[in-house]
Amino acid sequence: MITAGIDMGSKYIKVVILKDGTVLGRAMETTGFEPVESASRCLDKAIKEAGVEMSEIDHTTSTGAGRKVAPKTDSDITDVGAAAKGVVNLEKNIQTVIDIGAEEGRGIKIEADGKVVDFAVNEKCAAGAGAFAEAMSRALEVSIDEFGQLSLKSDKAIPMNAQCAVFAESEVVSLVHAKTPKHDIARAVHDAIASRIVSMVRRVGINESVALIGGVSHNPGFVDSLKRALETEVIIPENPDYIGALGAAITASERTK
Amino acid sequence: MKANYGYMDGSGEFYITIDTDLCIECADHGCVKACPAGMFEIIVDDYDDEVAAIKEDHRKKIKYDCGPCKPVNDRPTLPCVAGCTLGALTHSW
Amino acid sequence: MTEKTKEFWRWKEYNWHDEAKDPKDVETISAGVDVGSVSSQAVILLDGELYAYSNMRTGSDSPNSAINAMNWAMENTGLTMDDLHYTVGTGYGRVNVPFSDRAITEIACHARGGNTMYGPTVRTILDMGGQDCKVILCDERGKVKNFLMNDKCAAGTGRGMEVFADLLAVSIEEVGELSLDVEEEPPPVSSTCVVFAKSEASSLLRDGWSKKRVLAAYCSAMAHRVVSLLERVGVEKDFAITGGIAKNSGVVVRLERELKLTSLKSKYDTQIAGALGAALFAKALVEKQRKKVAQ
Repeated sequence: MITAGIDMGSKYIKVVILKDGTVLGRAMETTGFEPVESASRCLDKAIKEAGVEMSEIDHTTSTGAGRKVAPKTDSDITDVGAAAKGVVNLEKNIQTVIDIGAEEGRGIKIEADGKVVDFAVNEKCAAGAGAFAEAMSRALEVSIDEFGQLSLKSDKAIPMNAQCAVFAESEVVSLVHAKTPKHDIARAVHDAIASRIVSMVRRVGINESVALIGGVSHNPGFVDSLKRALETEVIIPENPDYIGALGAAITASERTK
Repeated sequence: MKANYGYMDGSGEFYITIDTDLCIECADHGCVKACPAGMFEIIVDDYDDEVAAIKEDHRKKIKYDCGPCKPVNDRPTLPCVAGCTLGALTHSW
Repeated sequence: MTEKTKEFWRWKEYNWHDEAKDPKDVETISAGVDVGSVSSQAVILLDGELYAYSNMRTGSDSPNSAINAMNWAMENTGLTMDDLHYTVGTGYGRVNVPFSDRAITEIACHARGGNTMYGPTVRTILDMGGQDCKVILCDERGKVKNFLMNDKCAAGTGRGMEVFADLLAVSIEEVGELSLDVEEEPPPVSSTCVVFAKSEASSLLRDGWSKKRVLAAYCSAMAHRVVSLLERVGVEKDFAITGGIAKNSGVVVRLERELKLTSLKSKYDTQIAGALGAALFAKALVEKQRKKVAQ
């Protein structure tokens, strides 16, 4: 049985092609301003990589912010449900999932079979999402990759007062004017997001092991800040941006049974 | 006076309302003792009355600072609301 | 200035004084200075009557911004700091006003200033400042009954509007007029968060929307957001708007339409409400002090 999972994120679209529990292919495209076209393109790319034909796919399930508009889908699943399913498939002992994308963050408490017990969401505000770090890296005039690395060089915790990304930008600019080293600013930014995320996740309870997924998991500076704020290790599963798509593809295979 | 401390952002409305007319009569300052995050303080307001307020550094993040008292499941009565015997406190979320 | 380096957020700074009045033969010279996060104002009263004021952009540090604003209000008046009998500082930087006798919150000052600017019938004052938005309900004496402030989030503030003016390369002072010059009212920008609204606007422009239409969609989103703040405390008539955004007709017209309420207009500059309130407090405080001394 071959299934597909499409994760329609606000910034990237991810597709996973699954055959009897094994990933055959995966692809990613920027969502851009025409998400439906991007999704079709992404699906084609993943199918090609998997070496299968569209007609061979038994069931396609979509997830993510734009899941209702995803092309060629048979069913859909919430972000939370897909994230939980995808994570337990790769890491068996996870009880808490932290999922942070460009525009939203989530804390999910799960059972061993990937069933969602509780979740808390932070959405529609850049302060608790990847967009916050991106905006600050722009204010600092470094790439987001460089920004993540820079943060690791800092051993100083400076507090950031502004909560809003727009106000924080001005704060970053004044820190630069005050000759604060860039790496200390980068850490302050990551510490600030991490502290907001941890407060949110505490509302569902933090039980080990903890997994981090979503695009922000590629940012080593943020991961470092998150570990410090959580006071525990964080497991980042393989291909962390594809977890939602994987979870959707697993759901698709369950739904064809 | 009804003092609303907190904010509204894309993710929702987060306000703690203090009816400071009731505070004027208050002797035991239960809110200050009750809040595990230490968010309350007693101030002299602009009209020279002694009233309760949320500390400045908590006002822009009460959604997070109040988090421990507001678990997603089985929410008990909030300690600050229970601690204020005059009923001067309400939360918007 | 070239199109690229032009600062679209910049607005005109100015000062004014009443040449018909003479500060030499008065009993009380009181002053108020409102150091906001974006703009600072100073107001000088002669026996409670408006004599001089200034409005300028806040600099990088509060004490200097306060001094600059006050000095500018006193320009060509012959007055110096030593002539001021009592000064109240207010606004975001109120505790850093080196020459003030007392600091009072901008909430209380706006209520008091609004009471004088719009008359004692005003019950609801909406102040839309550079980095915050306040809703104040007050009584006929200008005393605060209920207030709500939002200074955590840039949506609904002047700063949020500046971000849009910059994005669209439109002068902040023209935003209102331009946004009203649309044939049909577009749906409001759906994101509240300024960061997300900005990417939404870029995508609308790419879809072929005109700048005016995007501005209309943003002004309407801002008006809608402010209405929900107003609804939290409940609007009571009469209603007035102060602060920089009060000068943006695109937001004001849409706000009044949604509220089905017209805002009171004043002959005073809407940005001086806080400083005026502070100067009025200063007058009352110095008189109280004199009484005490006399006893």
